[in-house]
Amino acid sequence: MAQTLYDKLWADHLVDERADGSALIYIDRHLIHEVTSPQAFEGLRLAGRQPWRIGANIATPDHNVSTDPVERQGGYAAVKDETSRIQLQTLDDNCSQFGIAEFLLNDRRQGIVHVVGPETGAVLPGMTVVCGDSHTSTHGALGVIAQGIGTSEVEHVLATQCLVTKKQKNMLIRVDGELLPGVTAKDIVLAVIAKIGTAGGTGHAIEFAGAAIEALSIEGRMSVCNMAIEAGARVGMVAVDDKTIDYVRGRAFSPRGSAWDAAITHWNTLHSDEGAIFDALVELDASLIEPQVSWGTSPEMVSAVGENVPSPDDFDSKVKQEGVARALDYMGLSSGTPIKDIRLDRVFIGSCTNSRIEDIRAAAAVVKGYQKAGSVKQAMIVPGSGQVKHQAEQEGLDKIFVAAGFEWREPGCSMCLAMNADKLGPGEHCASTSNRNFESRQGFGGRTHLVSPAMAAAAGITGHFVDVRDWEMKA
Amino acid sequence: MRAFKQQAGLVAPLDRPNVDTDIIIPKQYLKSIKRTGFGINLFDQLRYVDEGWPGKPLEERELNSEFVLNQERYEGASVLLARVNFGCGSSREHAPWALDDYGFRVVIAPSFADIFYNNCFKNGLLPVVLPEGIVDRLFDEVAANPGYKIEVDLEAEQVILPNDESFAFEIDAFRKECLIKGLDDIGLTLESEPIIRAYEANRRQQSPWLFDVISPEKIS
Repeated sequence: MAQTLYDKLWADHLVDERADGSALIYIDRHLIHEVTSPQAFEGLRLAGRQPWRIGANIATPDHNVSTDPVERQGGYAAVKDETSRIQLQTLDDNCSQFGIAEFLLNDRRQGIVHVVGPETGAVLPGMTVVCGDSHTSTHGALGVIAQGIGTSEVEHVLATQCLVTKKQKNMLIRVDGELLPGVTAKDIVLAVIAKIGTAGGTGHAIEFAGAAIEALSIEGRMSVCNMAIEAGARVGMVAVDDKTIDYVRGRAFSPRGSAWDAAITHWNTLHSDEGAIFDALVELDASLIEPQVSWGTSPEMVSAVGENVPSPDDFDSKVKQEGVARALDYMGLSSGTPIKDIRLDRVFIGSCTNSRIEDIRAAAAVVKGYQKAGSVKQAMIVPGSGQVKHQAEQEGLDKIFVAAGFEWREPGCSMCLAMNADKLGPGEHCASTSNRNFESRQGFGGRTHLVSPAMAAAAGITGHFVDVRDWEMKA
Repeated sequence: MRAFKQQAGLVAPLDRPNVDTDIIIPKQYLKSIKRTGFGINLFDQLRYVDEGWPGKPLEERELNSEFVLNQERYEGASVLLARVNFGCGSSREHAPWALDDYGFRVVIAPSFADIFYNNCFKNGLLPVVLPEGIVDRLFDEVAANPGYKIEVDLEAEQVILPNDESFAFEIDAFRKECLIKGLDDIGLTLESEPIIRAYEANRRQQSPWLFDVISPEKIS
């Protein structure tokens, strides 16, 4: 019978199945960071348990780390917030006690766990990957089942190498046609969420397919899969193709020699079969997608840059109308305001959604030869990993940003969730390449607008949103 | 894990859709390395007017008198009545930890986000899905009747109203059994150790590259 990609990967990892459909799934790779793991390690210690397969785990600190270049030199000791410092140190202590490999703070391979996994080859096509972080869906871009889990499950995976879960339904999101220049992977996924809503994918594993997805780089596919969770789906994925295999080739933990040959033979089967049945189908025409900007406090509250802030009356149900009214009140926006008139106080380019080399390049191309708007208090570029930072510096991109008045930072999660010192002040508007515009997510009372890196960069120059398709790039 | 069989309790309504886990427990409290003590910061941004941080003394906090949990009539509530897509966003298990620590034992909503729903079961907290029309009605009844209590019977899969009217809900058999008996997930899975070992041996043969060890020595 014709199978979906998800069906194939599920079958490959099925250890046991119970009568009610709950199953034991084998986990190939477990990624660990400091926030959701301390209680899991403590649980192991209390029960006198050891990790089942230590070599399946890899850790790195990311959420609490300082991105300030000077502070960073001081290591954890320079982190001013004591609770952050203890949490970071606890990760190092736990990894060292249990013998788990960790990319330490100032190792070039440190970074946001979802950037580090693929770029080191720790995540490979055909795997199951979990992490105590909802944006684990990112890794699905390599043709894997990757999902976020809670801390109890982190402990469960450490102890048993398995996850108790239920098979999700299959959803196909087909994006055909060709993106217009200046429109990116981020705009695709924001348009998807605007269309199906933040609960549209609940209970489903989403496979993204179609000509526009195939045309994306692996980095772009990661941006799309990253936000599957914002559409309600724990799992987002893209089939393996030549780009996937080229991406994986030669990375630190990628197989070599005959193992590589055997691996690619298997990886080339990782796509949905012709005629495979999906429980749900969503179709979009890429050529109709414009640069997207969120105006509310849920990732489904998104419009094209040329539109106006909507009115609660534009929505059908009472619950939605109240939600939109509450969001506009929080955002300090009135209905009918052109999106382009929204003024920004800060710009954040980074996060597991958009901090890879092509994101940094896209932002640099826009910024080059311009100056940050005087009204913008701060524009931060936070590369996703030490390797991304190094690569960007090799290309001279850091100099472009610094010359324009943008800040060039050290890798970490940073202002995506503001667990470290990088945050918005009350009432401040931010053009952000992150994934969530929830109330106070980027700082108490902060107002987030989700956009692509190019859109964020352009807003940093002009001080308000502009359609990046009209941007004049300077050579 | 604490067992859950049934719960009779006061209902508190939280009338907004898409309540994300950042709202349930904001990120600054995730720096704790413990599982307990999150209750006083449950819904922090809604409950208090000022910005909170870990360890900020309660007497320095300014309560938002309009927020539902700050109203006397909902004091001691153990059932939270919520709207669609409750618990969306971050996978933080601190969200069910905070709800539990506050004293909630049941959350009723028309729908839940997947990861949150799953996390509840690991902590003896019961998420109950009821049709939107019934949830609408419950919101009306709670508003109209101070002291409104309901009973949730997991064994019978029933929500029972004060007038003895009842509504059925569904729950996976395995999850139900684990909750009722308060079973430890890891202990249960480890009973399948021979099956896991057999799977692993077979897989190691088919796809040996998946078993390359990542070790501290290898990355040093």
